[in-house]
Amino acid sequence: MSTAPSAADSRPPAAGGPDSEPAPPVWTRKHLLGLEDLSREEILAVLDTAESFSEISNRSRKKVPALQGRIVFNLFFENSTRTRTSFSLAAKRLSADVQDFSAQVSSLSKGETFIDTAKNIEAMGCDLMVVRHPTPGAPHLLSQHVSSSIINAGDGAHEHPTQGLLDLMTIRRAKGNVEGLTVALLGDIAHSRVARSNIWGLLKLGAKVILCGPPTLVPKAMERLGCEVAYRLEDVLPRCDVINVLRIQFERQQGGLFPSVGEYSQFYMMTQERVRKAKPDLLILAPGPINRGVELTPEVADGKHSAILNQVSNGLAVRMAVLYLLSGKMDAAPPVD
Amino acid sequence: MNDDVRVCDAGQTGGLIQAMAGRIWEGSTPETPVRLIGVRSRGVPLAERLAAEAVAMGRGEALVGAVDITLYRDDLDQVPRWPVLRGTEIPFDVDGADVVLVDDVLFTGRTIRAAINAVCDLGRPRRIRLAVLVDRGWRELPIEPDVVGLKLATDRLDRVRVRLQPLDPADEIVRTPPPQTLSPS
Repeated sequence: MSTAPSAADSRPPAAGGPDSEPAPPVWTRKHLLGLEDLSREEILAVLDTAESFSEISNRSRKKVPALQGRIVFNLFFENSTRTRTSFSLAAKRLSADVQDFSAQVSSLSKGETFIDTAKNIEAMGCDLMVVRHPTPGAPHLLSQHVSSSIINAGDGAHEHPTQGLLDLMTIRRAKGNVEGLTVALLGDIAHSRVARSNIWGLLKLGAKVILCGPPTLVPKAMERLGCEVAYRLEDVLPRCDVINVLRIQFERQQGGLFPSVGEYSQFYMMTQERVRKAKPDLLILAPGPINRGVELTPEVADGKHSAILNQVSNGLAVRMAVLYLLSGKMDAAPPVD
Repeated sequence: MNDDVRVCDAGQTGGLIQAMAGRIWEGSTPETPVRLIGVRSRGVPLAERLAAEAVAMGRGEALVGAVDITLYRDDLDQVPRWPVLRGTEIPFDVDGADVVLVDDVLFTGRTIRAAINAVCDLGRPRRIRLAVLVDRGWRELPIEPDVVGLKLATDRLDRVRVRLQPLDPADEIVRTPPPQTLSPS
């Protein structure tokens, strides 16, 4: 029996008609708020969909009409280069209309609330809102007050789900599978939303996760999530298949968490010498922006083990997949108000 | 109760595919080799079977690609769940190619419209022909096939299914009438 969810030249086109075969319910969510909520199957559904979209980026005409007539709003209440650009490009490649909202030049400065701002944007006919906010939980709050689909593009130090997904895609493409790998997250775990999304995603796909960094930046309590905590990089290097080098989040720190940048680099910067102590096929990721000479040396950032630019390319495919999946009809609960 | 009516068995289906291959390669020359693009999902094994027939006819190896028309559908807003993408894979340059789009059943023409758009987004073929195993009528767009295995008269609400190896256990073409509603006595 055919399981093809095709446009059905072999069946009457009326959806839900006598011949329609329901597509497998791999994705039924209206919002993408984090990886903590997602099942392994849902994560794999996004990654598989992203693989299909990566082909579009290799075409000379990099555009498909899937989201024609949809409106995507980027609501960024924090600075961003890669994520905002990536979401905009992803939406444009799906033929959606994209509108950027910048908090600095908005009516928020006149006293308008976050929710009122979003509701006004929705009244303009917005279908999807890509939200970045310094407050953890802000996208979750918005999802309860507007009808549009919400994509969390980073909420404080909480989660950054599309970054977690693109990291998983990069690992899966390089290694063939995530299950059974040992992945170290290196550096400022405490203030990193990327770390949290990575932890949820990696654990759900069967990887072993090591959190490594200075004790002030790697909370011991995170062991309870199912991770190993280590403070000496040299101790874990030989076991790692992948190292995800996190940025020192100076903007979220109160200061005094380590003596100096120089000392941090001495113990935790990925250097060629440290790469040589690891497995020959070590994969190095970094979510960006990278601080060359602090978290990793230029030779490592640009070297053969680095997948940093692959992450950027995969990020586009992942965001196309997320925009596509969230644009389907969902039986979502109406807003609470 | 199973109301399936088998229209063609494995032998008959194989015969139709063989005849289609003959017509596809009629007049083709080595300078302009035929490139087959199957519409996912059952257009792909059909295209592969046609390519195998070409080898059997001494026409040499024909390259086969697959097109996923999901992102080009005109009814995405009406389907209850968005379909799983299966990806487009074209292992040859579409520019200037003699492309034959291959699908199992031609019905409204909407799938083929989407497939033509998808292929033209990849390049500018010299020409595109359409080969279908079954033409069941009821067109909603001005699209006609160049090569047809079987023209089948159907009711608008009938279902026509093609089963093809290796995707299915055996080759066959099956027509299923719509379920009869009981009129009150």
